[in-house]
Formats: sequence, C-alpha cells, structure tokens
Amino acid sequence: MNHTRRRMLKTGGGAGLLAMLVAAGIVRPGEALAADWNKAAFETKTVPDAIKALGASAPANSADIVMRAADIAENGAVVPVGIESKIPGTESISILIDKNPNPLAASFDIPAGTEPSVTTRVKMGQTADVYALVKANGKYYVTKKEIKVTLGGCGG
Amino acid sequence: MADPMRIRAVAKDGVVNVKVLMSHEMETGQRKDNSGNVVPAHFIQSVTASWQGKTVLSAQWGPAVSKNPFLEFNFKGGQKGDKVQVTWTDNKGDKRTDEATIN
Repeated sequence: MNHTRRRMLKTGGGAGLLAMLVAAGIVRPGEALAADWNKAAFETKTVPDAIKALGASAPANSADIVMRAADIAENGAVVPVGIESKIPGTESISILIDKNPNPLAASFDIPAGTEPSVTTRVKMGQTADVYALVKANGKYYVTKKEIKVTLGGCGG
Repeated sequence: MADPMRIRAVAKDGVVNVKVLMSHEMETGQRKDNSGNVVPAHFIQSVTASWQGKTVLSAQWGPAVSKNPFLEFNFKGGQKGDKVQVTWTDNKGDKRTDEATIN
C-alpha cells in the first residue's frame, strides 16, 4: 500500500490523469440537484474556480461556520472533517481542499429539519487550507483552516 | 455488489443522530498499479438519506472522500422504531441501499 502511495504522490499532478476522473453523469453546471453530479465543479483545479462552479461569487468570510478538524493529520488518506454552520437558513455545505488535484471533495444539501452539521473523512495530498463553503438564504459564506499533513494520502 | 453499509441511528430529545460507514474503494483515478497503468476512478458520487419518504440529507462526493467513507449528520423529527434509508450511487452506476431502525 505504501508503495502505491509513493507512486501516487509522484504522478498526482499529471493533467492527463485528471481526465480519468471524468465520470458518466448528467451535468448542469452551477446547479446541485441531488440526482445530478456537478461534474464541472468537481473537475475544477483551484479553490476559486470550484467556488465559482458551485454558483458562489466572492463568498463572505464568516465566523459562524465551525470546522471541527485536528490541526495536524497524521494520515492524509483519512482526515476527519466536521463542519457546522450557525448561519440561519443554511441550505448546503461544501468541503474544498486547496492543493488537492481537484479541490472540491464533497457537497451536502441540507433540507429543512436537518441540522446544518456534517462530519466525514477526506483525503489530503499535502498540508493545505481546507475551506467550508456554506450557502444560506441564497448567500454564500466561507471559512478556512489549515490542516498539516505528515503523510500524504491522495491514493487512499 | 458492494458490502452492506453500517448505519447507526439514535434518537435523543427529538433529534436523530445518524452515522453511516460505507464500504467502497473510492479510487481516485490518479493512482497507478504496479505495471504503471492508471487505476480507473471508482468512487461514490451521490448519497441520499431518507426517513419516511423524505430526504433528510443528500450529498455529492468527489474522489477526495476517504476510502470506506464515513458520514455523520443529525435530523429532527425521527422517532425510535422509525426506519432510515441510505442510498449511494457510484461513478460506474453501482447502487446500494441499506436501512436501519432508529434506536
């Protein structure tokens, strides 16, 4: 497993390989319907592009988004990240990781009655800023936190 | 067919805490095997959780979600004995639905 991980790190940046991420699915950029995978957003290569592809422009920094994550992740293949929004009317929560080949890791739609708080585990190739993008009442808010990775793990 | 998910749903003070552990490779499509061939991407793209026919959480995932994904969330209204269903679909069109009873 460690061998493949090393190899992965060396080849991770290849643009041609990114084409392999292309997956079948109906795409409607800027729209995040449950059934339709937002291919355009998941294929972006920088955080600002991903934020744009999710339909947000210039999100406001917010202290009302709480990111629960350790400062240092020993294993980049499994980085627990919990995001809680205290902004009323939160509709969606997205997790973006700077410096990953494709920053957008996950996007959650929060229906009414569900608490705006999700926890999952993500892969990080290296030490980077992790962004939480929250949509509330049609507006976008963002917060970020740097997570240090001592062992990269985009290979899983 | 993928292995079953492990779902735990616990109701407390009108709020149901749901924890899901899925069994999936979550292959990024950026890794190479020993002979240097790219391992094709294979990852869960969408996840939907529902209770009494109502969607309580839906998510879109990229390959950056860790292998054997974990998900935790809370929703209001569920009672002990109700069922919670979770469905995932991956980029190859495989699907899996599992159900748990709220404790």
